[in-house]
Amino acid sequence: MSIIPNWLHRLSSPKNFYRFAGIASNWCGWIALVLIIAGLYYGLVDSPPDYQQGDSARIMYVHVPAAWMSMFVYVVMASSAAVGMIWRIKASSAFANASAPVGAMFTALALLTGMLWGKPMWGTYWVWDARLTSELILLFLYLGYMALNSAIEDRETAARATAILALVGVVNIPIIHYSVEWWNTLHQGATVTKLDKPSIHISMLIPLLLMAFAFKFYYLSNVFRRARCELLEREQGKLWVRELVGGERGE
Amino acid sequence: MVSDFFHMGGYAFYVWTSYALATVFMLFSWIQPRLRERRLLRDIARRLKRGER
Repeated sequence: MSIIPNWLHRLSSPKNFYRFAGIASNWCGWIALVLIIAGLYYGLVDSPPDYQQGDSARIMYVHVPAAWMSMFVYVVMASSAAVGMIWRIKASSAFANASAPVGAMFTALALLTGMLWGKPMWGTYWVWDARLTSELILLFLYLGYMALNSAIEDRETAARATAILALVGVVNIPIIHYSVEWWNTLHQGATVTKLDKPSIHISMLIPLLLMAFAFKFYYLSNVFRRARCELLEREQGKLWVRELVGGERGE
Repeated sequence: MVSDFFHMGGYAFYVWTSYALATVFMLFSWIQPRLRERRLLRDIARRLKRGER
Protein backbone atom coordinates (compact mmCIF):
# COMPACT_ATOMS: atom_id res chain seq x y z
CA MET A 1 0.00 0.00 0.00
CA SER A 2 2.38 2.61 1.24
CA ILE A 3 5.55 3.53 -0.60
CA ILE A 4 7.31 3.96 2.73
CA PRO A 5 8.48 0.59 4.06
CA ASN A 6 7.13 -0.51 7.40
CA TRP A 7 10.40 -0.37 9.38
CA LEU A 8 11.06 3.13 8.13
CA HIS A 9 7.58 4.20 9.08
CA ARG A 10 8.08 2.92 12.62
CA LEU A 11 11.50 4.57 12.83
CA SER A 12 10.01 7.88 11.77
CA SER A 13 7.87 8.10 14.88
CA PRO A 14 9.56 10.70 17.11
CA LYS A 15 9.86 8.37 20.10
CA ASN A 16 11.60 5.57 18.20
CA PHE A 17 13.76 7.99 16.25
CA TYR A 18 14.93 9.60 19.49
CA ARG A 19 16.13 6.25 20.84
CA PHE A 20 17.66 5.15 17.54
CA ALA A 21 19.46 8.51 17.18
CA GLY A 22 21.10 8.13 20.58
CA ILE A 23 22.52 4.69 19.79
CA ALA A 24 23.56 5.67 16.27
CA SER A 25 25.26 8.83 17.54
CA ASN A 26 27.44 6.89 19.95
CA TRP A 27 28.49 4.25 17.42
CA CYS A 28 29.27 6.78 14.70
CA GLY A 29 31.20 8.88 17.22
CA TRP A 30 33.54 6.04 18.13
CA ILE A 31 34.10 5.08 14.49
CA ALA A 32 34.88 8.72 13.68
CA LEU A 33 37.40 8.94 16.52
CA VAL A 34 39.31 5.85 15.37
CA LEU A 35 39.35 7.09 11.76
CA ILE A 36 40.52 10.57 12.81
CA ILE A 37 43.43 9.17 14.82
CA ALA A 38 44.49 6.97 11.89
CA GLY A 39 43.99 9.84 9.44
CA LEU A 40 46.08 12.22 11.56
CA TYR A 41 48.90 9.68 11.79
CA TYR A 42 49.01 9.02 8.05
CA GLY A 43 48.39 12.66 7.18
CA LEU A 44 50.88 14.36 9.48
CA VAL A 45 53.52 11.69 10.03
CA ASP A 46 53.49 8.90 7.49
CA SER A 47 52.72 10.66 4.21
CA PRO A 48 55.55 12.43 2.34
CA PRO A 49 55.61 16.20 1.73
CA ASP A 50 54.34 17.22 -1.71
CA TYR A 51 57.07 17.58 -4.36
CA GLN A 52 55.87 21.10 -5.23
CA GLN A 53 54.05 22.36 -2.16
CA GLY A 54 56.14 20.75 0.56
CA ASP A 55 54.50 20.27 3.95
CA SER A 56 51.81 22.87 3.24
CA ALA A 57 50.05 20.13 1.26
CA ARG A 58 49.15 18.51 4.59
CA ILE A 59 46.43 21.16 4.91
CA MET A 60 44.68 19.11 2.23
CA TYR A 61 43.76 16.40 4.76
CA VAL A 62 41.41 18.77 6.57
CA HIS A 63 40.58 21.15 3.74
CA VAL A 64 39.39 18.66 1.13
CA PRO A 65 37.27 16.45 3.46
CA ALA A 66 35.70 19.59 4.97
CA ALA A 67 34.89 20.91 1.49
CA TRP A 68 33.41 17.55 0.43
CA MET A 69 31.32 17.52 3.60
CA SER A 70 30.07 21.06 3.01
CA MET A 71 28.46 19.86 -0.23
CA PHE A 72 27.44 16.39 0.99
CA VAL A 73 25.69 17.77 4.08
CA TYR A 74 23.84 20.30 1.95
CA VAL A 75 22.43 17.62 -0.35
CA VAL A 76 21.43 15.48 2.65
CA MET A 77 19.85 18.50 4.33
CA ALA A 78 17.87 19.52 1.24
CA SER A 79 16.63 15.96 0.56
CA SER A 80 15.70 15.43 4.18
CA ALA A 81 13.89 18.76 4.34
CA ALA A 82 12.01 17.88 1.13
CA VAL A 83 10.95 14.48 2.52
CA GLY A 84 9.86 16.17 5.73
CA MET A 85 7.82 18.72 3.80
CA ILE A 86 6.17 16.29 1.37
CA TRP A 87 5.26 13.47 3.77
CA ARG A 88 5.10 15.65 6.90
CA ILE A 89 7.61 13.50 8.75
CA LYS A 90 8.80 15.43 11.80
CA ALA A 91 11.92 13.33 12.27
CA SER A 92 12.97 14.11 8.71
CA SER A 93 12.54 17.86 9.15
CA ALA A 94 14.38 17.63 12.46
CA PHE A 95 17.26 15.83 10.72
CA ALA A 96 17.43 18.63 8.13
CA ASN A 97 17.44 21.35 10.79
CA ALA A 98 20.10 19.47 12.72
CA SER A 99 22.27 19.24 9.59
CA ALA A 100 22.40 22.99 8.96
CA PRO A 101 24.81 24.04 11.75
CA VAL A 102 27.12 21.08 11.06
CA GLY A 103 27.16 21.89 7.36
CA ALA A 104 27.85 25.55 8.10
CA MET A 105 30.71 24.50 10.37
CA PHE A 106 32.31 22.35 7.64
CA THR A 107 31.84 25.13 5.07
CA ALA A 108 33.51 27.70 7.32
CA LEU A 109 36.30 25.22 8.00
CA ALA A 110 36.81 24.58 4.27
CA LEU A 111 36.95 28.32 3.58
CA LEU A 112 39.35 29.11 6.43
CA THR A 113 41.73 26.21 5.79
CA GLY A 114 41.58 27.13 2.10
CA MET A 115 42.68 30.66 2.97
CA LEU A 116 45.51 29.30 5.12
CA TRP A 117 46.60 27.14 2.20
CA GLY A 118 46.13 29.91 -0.35
CA LYS A 119 48.39 32.39 1.42
CA PRO A 120 51.65 30.40 1.10
CA MET A 121 50.79 28.85 -2.30
CA TRP A 122 48.99 31.63 -4.19
CA GLY A 123 50.34 34.58 -2.20
CA THR A 124 46.89 35.68 -1.06
CA TYR A 125 44.30 34.63 1.49
CA TRP A 126 41.36 35.39 -0.76
CA VAL A 127 40.45 35.92 -4.40
CA TRP A 128 36.96 36.44 -5.77
CA ASP A 129 37.14 33.51 -8.14
CA ALA A 130 34.34 31.09 -8.98
CA ARG A 131 35.27 28.28 -6.57
CA LEU A 132 35.82 30.48 -3.54
CA THR A 133 32.81 32.67 -4.21
CA SER A 134 30.39 29.78 -4.77
CA GLU A 135 31.63 28.13 -1.56
CA LEU A 136 31.04 31.40 0.31
CA ILE A 137 27.50 31.48 -1.10
CA LEU A 138 27.06 27.97 0.31
CA LEU A 139 27.93 29.28 3.77
CA PHE A 140 25.31 32.02 3.37
CA LEU A 141 22.75 29.41 2.27
CA TYR A 142 23.33 27.46 5.48
CA LEU A 143 23.14 30.61 7.60
CA GLY A 144 20.01 31.72 5.75
CA TYR A 145 18.42 28.33 6.37
CA MET A 146 19.15 28.60 10.11
CA ALA A 147 17.91 32.20 10.33
CA LEU A 148 14.70 31.40 8.46
CA ASN A 149 14.09 28.35 10.62
CA SER A 150 14.41 30.26 13.87
CA ALA A 151 12.41 33.23 12.59
CA ILE A 152 9.20 31.26 11.95
CA GLU A 153 7.27 30.29 15.04
CA ASP A 154 4.92 27.69 13.53
CA ARG A 155 6.87 24.46 12.95
CA GLU A 156 4.86 23.32 9.92
CA THR A 157 5.33 26.63 8.15
CA ALA A 158 9.01 26.73 9.08
CA ALA A 159 9.52 23.20 7.71
CA ARG A 160 7.93 24.20 4.39
CA ALA A 161 9.78 27.51 4.04
CA THR A 162 13.19 26.09 4.90
CA ALA A 163 12.68 23.09 2.60
CA ILE A 164 11.97 25.40 -0.33
CA LEU A 165 15.00 27.55 0.46
CA ALA A 166 17.20 24.43 0.73
CA LEU A 167 15.88 23.02 -2.56
CA VAL A 168 16.45 26.26 -4.46
CA GLY A 169 19.99 26.39 -3.09
CA VAL A 170 20.82 22.94 -4.49
CA VAL A 171 21.63 24.69 -7.80
CA ASN A 172 24.77 25.95 -6.13
CA ILE A 173 26.19 22.44 -5.56
CA PRO A 174 27.02 21.57 -9.21
CA ILE A 175 28.25 25.14 -9.64
CA ILE A 176 30.77 24.60 -6.83
CA HIS A 177 31.87 21.25 -8.20
CA TYR A 178 32.31 22.35 -11.82
CA SER A 179 33.44 25.92 -11.07
CA VAL A 180 37.07 24.91 -11.61
CA GLU A 181 36.23 23.64 -15.11
CA TRP A 182 33.72 26.27 -16.22
CA TRP A 183 35.75 29.30 -15.23
CA ASN A 184 39.43 30.14 -15.06
CA THR A 185 40.25 29.98 -11.41
CA LEU A 186 43.27 29.90 -9.16
CA HIS A 187 41.85 26.83 -7.52
CA GLN A 188 43.19 23.52 -8.81
CA GLY A 189 40.92 21.01 -10.54
CA ALA A 190 39.61 17.75 -9.11
CA THR A 191 42.18 15.03 -8.50
CA VAL A 192 40.09 12.37 -6.80
CA THR A 193 36.45 12.79 -7.85
CA LYS A 194 36.82 12.41 -11.57
CA LEU A 195 35.87 9.63 -13.91
CA ASP A 196 39.33 8.43 -14.95
CA LYS A 197 41.97 7.37 -12.49
CA PRO A 198 42.58 9.72 -9.55
CA SER A 199 45.80 11.67 -10.07
CA ILE A 200 46.98 11.51 -6.48
CA HIS A 201 49.57 9.16 -5.05
CA ILE A 202 48.36 6.34 -2.83
CA SER A 203 50.40 7.62 0.15
CA MET A 204 48.33 10.81 0.07
CA LEU A 205 45.09 9.18 -0.97
CA ILE A 206 45.03 6.96 2.16
CA PRO A 207 45.02 9.79 4.76
CA LEU A 208 42.67 11.80 2.57
CA LEU A 209 40.10 9.02 2.43
CA LEU A 210 40.54 8.20 6.14
CA MET A 211 39.79 11.80 7.04
CA ALA A 212 36.90 11.95 4.57
CA PHE A 213 35.24 8.92 6.18
CA ALA A 214 36.08 10.24 9.67
CA PHE A 215 34.29 13.51 8.88
CA LYS A 216 31.32 11.62 7.48
CA PHE A 217 30.91 9.56 10.67
CA TYR A 218 31.51 12.67 12.76
CA TYR A 219 28.68 14.38 10.90
CA LEU A 220 26.33 11.42 11.47
CA SER A 221 27.19 11.27 15.16
CA ASN A 222 26.71 15.00 15.52
CA VAL A 223 23.54 15.31 13.49
CA PHE A 224 21.82 12.51 15.42
CA ARG A 225 22.60 14.31 18.71
CA ARG A 226 21.18 17.54 17.33
CA ALA A 227 18.10 15.82 15.93
CA ARG A 228 17.40 14.49 19.43
CA CYS A 229 17.39 18.06 20.77
CA GLU A 230 15.10 19.19 17.94
CA LEU A 231 12.61 16.44 18.73
CA LEU A 232 12.72 17.00 22.49
CA GLU A 233 12.11 20.69 22.00
CA ARG A 234 9.12 20.40 19.72
CA GLU A 235 7.53 17.39 21.45
CA GLN A 236 7.93 18.61 25.05
CA GLY A 237 4.26 18.23 25.89
CA LYS A 238 3.90 14.75 24.39
CA LEU A 239 3.47 11.61 26.46
CA TRP A 240 6.70 9.93 25.31
CA VAL A 241 8.79 12.90 26.45
CA ARG A 242 7.04 12.98 29.81
CA GLU A 243 7.65 9.27 30.22
CA LEU A 244 11.26 9.70 29.22
CA VAL A 245 11.90 12.55 31.64
CA GLY A 246 9.88 10.90 34.40
CA GLY A 247 11.76 7.65 33.84
CA GLU A 248 15.10 9.42 34.10
CA ARG A 249 14.09 10.77 37.47
CA GLY A 250 13.19 7.27 38.60
CA GLU A 251 9.45 7.76 38.95
CA MET B 1 62.82 14.52 13.79
CA VAL B 2 60.52 15.99 16.39
CA SER B 3 61.50 19.61 15.76
CA ASP B 4 61.24 18.98 11.99
CA PHE B 5 57.74 17.69 12.58
CA PHE B 6 56.66 20.90 14.30
CA HIS B 7 58.53 23.03 11.79
CA MET B 8 56.52 21.57 8.86
CA GLY B 9 59.10 22.63 6.30
CA GLY B 10 58.54 26.29 7.13
CA TYR B 11 54.77 26.10 6.81
CA ALA B 12 54.19 25.55 10.53
CA PHE B 13 51.86 28.52 10.99
CA TYR B 14 49.57 27.57 8.10
CA VAL B 15 49.49 23.84 8.77
CA TRP B 16 49.05 23.99 12.54
CA THR B 17 46.49 26.81 12.41
CA SER B 18 44.44 24.71 9.98
CA TYR B 19 44.51 21.67 12.24
CA ALA B 20 43.85 23.80 15.33
CA LEU B 21 40.80 25.39 13.68
CA ALA B 22 39.47 21.98 12.70
CA THR B 23 39.92 20.74 16.28
CA VAL B 24 38.25 23.76 17.86
CA PHE B 25 35.33 23.81 15.40
CA MET B 26 34.65 20.09 15.68
CA LEU B 27 34.96 19.98 19.48
CA PHE B 28 32.62 22.95 19.82
CA SER B 29 30.09 21.43 17.44
CA TRP B 30 30.34 18.14 19.33
CA ILE B 31 29.80 19.58 22.78
CA GLN B 32 27.03 22.06 21.87
CA PRO B 33 24.13 19.58 21.32
CA ARG B 34 25.17 17.59 24.39
CA LEU B 35 24.84 20.64 26.63
CA ARG B 36 21.59 21.60 24.90
CA GLU B 37 20.05 18.16 25.40
CA ARG B 38 20.99 18.13 29.07
CA ARG B 39 19.50 21.60 29.56
CA LEU B 40 16.31 20.62 27.70
CA LEU B 41 15.77 17.46 29.77
CA ARG B 42 16.32 19.39 32.97
CA ASP B 43 13.89 22.15 31.97
CA ILE B 44 11.20 19.69 30.92
CA ALA B 45 11.59 17.75 34.17
CA ARG B 46 11.31 20.94 36.19
CA ARG B 47 8.17 22.00 34.35
CA LEU B 48 6.60 18.58 34.83
CA LYS B 49 7.31 18.73 38.54
CA ARG B 50 5.56 22.06 38.80
CA GLY B 51 2.57 20.37 37.17
CA GLU B 52 2.36 22.54 34.09
CA ARG B 53 0.79 20.85 31.08
